Amino acid sequence: MLTKEQIAKRIAKEVKDGQYINLGIGIPTLVANYIPKNLNVVLQSENGLLGIGPFPTEDEVDADLINAGKQTISMLPGSALFNSADSFAMIRGGHVHLTILGAMEVSENGDIANWKIPGKMVKGMGGAMDLVASADNIIVAMQHCSKDGESKLLPKCSLPITGIKCVKKIVSDLAVLEVVSTGGFVLKERAPGVSVDEIKSKTAGKLIVEGEIPEMTFD
Amino acid sequence: MIDKTVKDAKEAVADIPSDSVLMMGGFGLCGIPENCIQALLEKEIKGLTIISNNAGVDDFGIGLLLQKRMVRKMISSYVGENAEFERQLLSGELEVDLIPQGTLAERVRAGGAGIPAFYTPAGVGTEVAQGKEVREFDGKLYLMESWLKADFSIVKAWKGDSSGNLIFRGTARNFNPVMATAGRICIAEVEELVADGELDPNEIHTPGIFVQRIFQGKNYEKRIEKRTVSQ
Repeated sequence: MLTKEQIAKRIAKEVKDGQYINLGIGIPTLVANYIPKNLNVVLQSENGLLGIGPFPTEDEVDADLINAGKQTISMLPGSALFNSADSFAMIRGGHVHLTILGAMEVSENGDIANWKIPGKMVKGMGGAMDLVASADNIIVAMQHCSKDGESKLLPKCSLPITGIKCVKKIVSDLAVLEVVSTGGFVLKERAPGVSVDEIKSKTAGKLIVEGEIPEMTFD
Repeated sequence: MIDKTVKDAKEAVADIPSDSVLMMGGFGLCGIPENCIQALLEKEIKGLTIISNNAGVDDFGIGLLLQKRMVRKMISSYVGENAEFERQLLSGELEVDLIPQGTLAERVRAGGAGIPAFYTPAGVGTEVAQGKEVREFDGKLYLMESWLKADFSIVKAWKGDSSGNLIFRGTARNFNPVMATAGRICIAEVEELVADGELDPNEIHTPGIFVQRIFQGKNYEKRIEKRTVSQ
């Protein structure tokens, strides 16, 4: 099973040179730590910044500079600031190439649920609905099962959904899977030491296994 | 030029009555109009509808207005950092419209720009789409969303001049410039108010035509929600 850091590290391998990328809160934020230094990419923060830099030192902390998770951040040479309407023009207009976000559930046709648990959690969707409805390339970072051991990769989402048919790839603590438009999770890679049978037993939605499934590698 | 200057927050919000629709700039606690929120707290008004991306935290920002039960309805995208908010919502004391952040920004922009409606992909197939027109463009489905306008929009800028021209700083810009355009009366509080001619017109983010009142703010706390540092 992968740790959160390892999930982030595996997702970082999906990043390509020249991309503008939006990272969601939680594990996706950690991806920034593992993007290879030789790639030129720009991280977008939907509250109004292109070019997110590292967390500031104690002396550099600036209340006027935060990311979408409300953490203090810094800027980089070449950063740009803008308002919220321009920010979502970048997102809906297809100018952001890759969106990485967390999920509570994903269905085998690529629907994602990550914003509401009726009667329990009513925090709101923030920018997630705009992001999943707009990006051509969406990667989900998630735990394969809930704390009670219930699969979160389902035939159909049980929670209110955030977007339809949008998830292309999932990196969970157990596996890398691709979602195909005809419906189904195609198993691409296993976490070290995790068997295909275990992934099968923990995937409630349709799992497609073709040929030998390699173990993930980390550089 | 037209002088938009008022003395302070108290004067700026003096005529805001109960049951008003207010827009407030800010993302989390970043770029919120702290002075006007304080001045509103000192008024005996209630039944407010507040359009703001977030609802502050329990003891700061819009959270203070919630605690004093001045708010009837919030229109926001994310309200996760506020326990009192969640309590009032679950008990039915507070009405809430949760809408996607980009849809919120664009509805406000549309309100200020005189565009009554537009189509967006955000929320198609979700509960956000309930009751809304869905239309296909180039093979993809979109929802019709309508403009948002307010009686008063209340924004916070870094610098401003007496003509109401505004410059924002860092990510404290966020919703402030779009909201400035969508209020019948826009009140701007600024960290540094200067005379006309002292701001470079090339650097203005919000032209003064959108701003009706401006004042020099004071005692900014600029509370940080998640102080995160690297070693």
